[in-house]
Amino acid sequence: MKHSFYEASARERIEGILDAASFREILPPAERVVSPHLQALDLPAAFDDGVVIGSGTLDGESVLVAAQEGEFMGGAVGEVQGAKLVGLLDRAVRDKPAAVILLFESGGVRLQEANAGLIAVSEVMRAILSARSAGISVLGAIGGQYGCFGGMGIAARCCDSLVMSEEGRLGLSGPEVIETARGVEEFDSRDRGLVWRTVGGKHRYLLGDCSILVDDGIADFREALRRLMESRAAFDLDAVLHEHDMLTRRIEQLGECKDGADIWRCLGWNDPTLLPMLDTNEFLQQAQSRAAR
Amino acid sequence: MDWQTVTDALFPQGHDVTQAGDFVCGTGRCGEQAFAVIGTTNHAEVGVELALAMARAVLDVITQYPGRPVLFLIDTKGQRLRHRDELLGINSYMAHLGKCVEIARQRGHRVLGLIYDQALSGGFIPNAMMADLCAAMPEAEIRVMGLPAMARITRIAEERLRALSEVSPVFAPGAINFVRMGAVDALWDGTLPTHLLEMLHRADAVDRRSERGFERGGRALAQPVARRVAESA
Repeated sequence: MKHSFYEASARERIEGILDAASFREILPPAERVVSPHLQALDLPAAFDDGVVIGSGTLDGESVLVAAQEGEFMGGAVGEVQGAKLVGLLDRAVRDKPAAVILLFESGGVRLQEANAGLIAVSEVMRAILSARSAGISVLGAIGGQYGCFGGMGIAARCCDSLVMSEEGRLGLSGPEVIETARGVEEFDSRDRGLVWRTVGGKHRYLLGDCSILVDDGIADFREALRRLMESRAAFDLDAVLHEHDMLTRRIEQLGECKDGADIWRCLGWNDPTLLPMLDTNEFLQQAQSRAAR
Repeated sequence: MDWQTVTDALFPQGHDVTQAGDFVCGTGRCGEQAFAVIGTTNHAEVGVELALAMARAVLDVITQYPGRPVLFLIDTKGQRLRHRDELLGINSYMAHLGKCVEIARQRGHRVLGLIYDQALSGGFIPNAMMADLCAAMPEAEIRVMGLPAMARITRIAEERLRALSEVSPVFAPGAINFVRMGAVDALWDGTLPTHLLEMLHRADAVDRRSERGFERGGRALAQPVARRVAESA
C-alpha cells in the first residue's frame, strides 16, 4: 500500500521525502511565530503559519526543504509564511545545499492578509530566482488536494524543475475564481473532468510545465526529486531564450484549442479520451513515443 | 492618468514609446540616460500574449542594449481570467516574464517599475514587483482586490474590514499602503525626471522590501522572521 502524497500532511511529506530522521525544523510550532493579521481578525492562527521549513538530507545530500500545509487556509501565503520561505531561500545562498525542495500546496495570496500576502508572494518569487542566480538548485513538487494556484502557481514555475502527480493541479486563477468573475459558461468549476483537463498533472506534463510526472506516492516524489538533484538546470540568457521560443510556439500551435482534449489531439493523441484512463507508466510510455515521432 | 502624459513628463530629452493594443514599448531619454520602457495600458488584463510580449521586450533589451536600464510602466486590472489562458498555462508565461527580469538583473541591468494608474493582483507581480525598485504615482490604485469582494470571499463583514483598514495598511487598497509596507519605494509627486534618476541611482540587485516595510512600520514580522530563518544554525 502506497503512502499517498495527496492525503499526507506537510510534515508527513517531508518525513517521507527526506532520509529517515534527518529533518531538523526551523522555527517549529513551539516557537509560536504566528500571523499578527489573523489575530487582528480573531481568526485561528497556526503555530507554523501553514508552512514547515527546515534542513535534512535526501540520499545523503544536504537539502533545505519547505512544505505548505493545505489544511491551514488552503496553504495560502501570508506575511509570516512568506518570510519563512524567503528566509529559507536566503539561507540556501549561504549554505549552498545540494537543492532547495519546495512542496507546494497553495491557493496563492492569503486574502485575510491582502496586501501583505501579495507582497510576500512576490518576495518568495524573487527569492527563488535570486537563489537560482546564485547557483542554487530549487526543485518543486505539486500533488496535494489544494493544488498550486495564484502567485504560488507563478512561483512554482520559477523553480528549476517541477514534479507533479496526475492528481496535482497547477495554474494561476483557480476555476472558482474564473467562474465567479466570468460565469459558469467560461469555466464550470464543478466539472471535475474539465478542471483536470485544464490544470491537471497529465496536461501540465504534456505542455512541458512539469518535467516529471509520478504516481501519487511520497516515495515516488522522493525518487523523482532525487533524480532531479543529479543534474542542474541552467539559468542564464540561453535558457530563457529557449523557454521563450517554447512558449511562443505553444500559442502558435495550441492557441486556438478550446479544451485540453483538443490540445492533446494536436500533440498526436488521436483518441484523447483514452488519456485519462492510462496509468502513469502507460501514459509516460505513450507520451514519450509520441514525442519521439 | 494616460501613459503619454507620464512618458512626456519622464523624458524631457524625448522618447519613441508607442502603444500596440494594451502593450506599450519604446525608449525614453532622461538627461544622458536612455531607458527601455516596457508597459501596459487601458487597465490591461494580462493574458499569455501580453506577458510574452513584455518578456520579448526584456529579452530584446538584454541582447541589443546590454546594460540599459528597464522601466516598467504599469496599468493593469490583473491577470486575464479566462479558461483559455489557464489551459495554455498562463502561470508559466508570468513566471517566464519574471525570469527574464531576473536574467536582466543578473547581467547588470537595473530594473525599475512605475505604477502610473492601476495595479491589481497578478498583473503587476511578474514585472513591477520583480523590479529592483518600484514607485507609484500618488493617485495610483494598488490592491489585491476591493473590500466588498474581499468581504465576500473571507466572510468577514465589510464594515469590519473598512474599520481595520483605517488603522492597518494590510487591508486597505491604495498606493500609500504599499509604500508603508515597503513594496513601493515612494510616491512620485515632484518632478518626474528627478525622481527617476534618483531611483536609478539607488537601485541595486538586493530585495530590501521587507527591510523598508519594517522601518516604515507597515510590516512588523516579514524582515525579522526572514532574517531569523536565514541566519539559523
